Amino acid sequence: MSTTHMNTHGAHDAAHDEHHDTGGNTVFGFWLYLMTDCLLFASVFATYAVLFMNTAGGVSGKEIFELELILAGTAALLISSITFGFAMICAHRKNRAGTLMWLVATFIFGGIFIALELYEFNHLIHNGNGPQASAFLSAFFSLVGLHGLHVTAGLIWMIILFVEIVMTGLTGRALTRLACLSLFWHFLDIIWICVFTVVYLMGAI
Amino acid sequence: MSDHSSEAHSHGSVKSYVVGFIWSVILTAIPFWMVMTEAFDKGPTYITIVVLAIVQIFVHLKYFLHLNFSQQGKLDTYSFIFSAVIIVMVVGLSVWIIYASNAMMM
Repeated sequence: MSTTHMNTHGAHDAAHDEHHDTGGNTVFGFWLYLMTDCLLFASVFATYAVLFMNTAGGVSGKEIFELELILAGTAALLISSITFGFAMICAHRKNRAGTLMWLVATFIFGGIFIALELYEFNHLIHNGNGPQASAFLSAFFSLVGLHGLHVTAGLIWMIILFVEIVMTGLTGRALTRLACLSLFWHFLDIIWICVFTVVYLMGAI
Repeated sequence: MSDHSSEAHSHGSVKSYVVGFIWSVILTAIPFWMVMTEAFDKGPTYITIVVLAIVQIFVHLKYFLHLNFSQQGKLDTYSFIFSAVIIVMVVGLSVWIIYASNAMMM
């Protein structure tokens, strides 16, 4: 009897807590996930740093990197960061139309970034510089591709959130999810700073 | 409480986003310009682009991710600092070990 009572009490407490603090805890939990994701990127960066000179007689970074293309992609990603920031500000002001508009803008610039990356990859593979050509290219495709996959996941997430906000409006749940995606998106921008500095700029010097 | 906690993660204003954006544009343009025009020697260029990248990471952390040492925000900041220490060790020591052993085999 007493156990039953304890259980219901515990369940009540859990429900109570969830009602009050789930947003903050969820966002903090997501932040901790991002920190582990950071470690994943760090190990791939370490792999790249170790392997980038092993070109197996093939091309080196200086010969294949087109910095104009990278600069355009970087600009698109940077602009998508600030447009997402504006979407968050609109969301906190309960401005649904503004949030949706800025989400579309973010999606477009994120899409431009992915399109440029796919063009670059396609161009490289077409010229026989695919990931199988050398240790350098394997590490390059792993690192840049891993970041690209994250951005793609972010874009898919953005579509789903867009639909959710259209259908249910800016509920507390939607705001929490937007806050998580915002952290994810800005975090990917930080990873990209490391990618363009370490891979492209250092490779092209 | 719920609203309050999520505010702590995302209470940026238009102004803070714009300031962060302008800093990022400057800190991205300079390294690209240095490498694309080859205006400087290799050594100074390497050092400058690494320093500017680190500065830009801090700009993003402050203006876009809103890391701070306030009551609500400090857990985020401490967990980031912890990860950063691990990352410096993983990347730095891996590179050190591999390049040292590479040098010994030459």
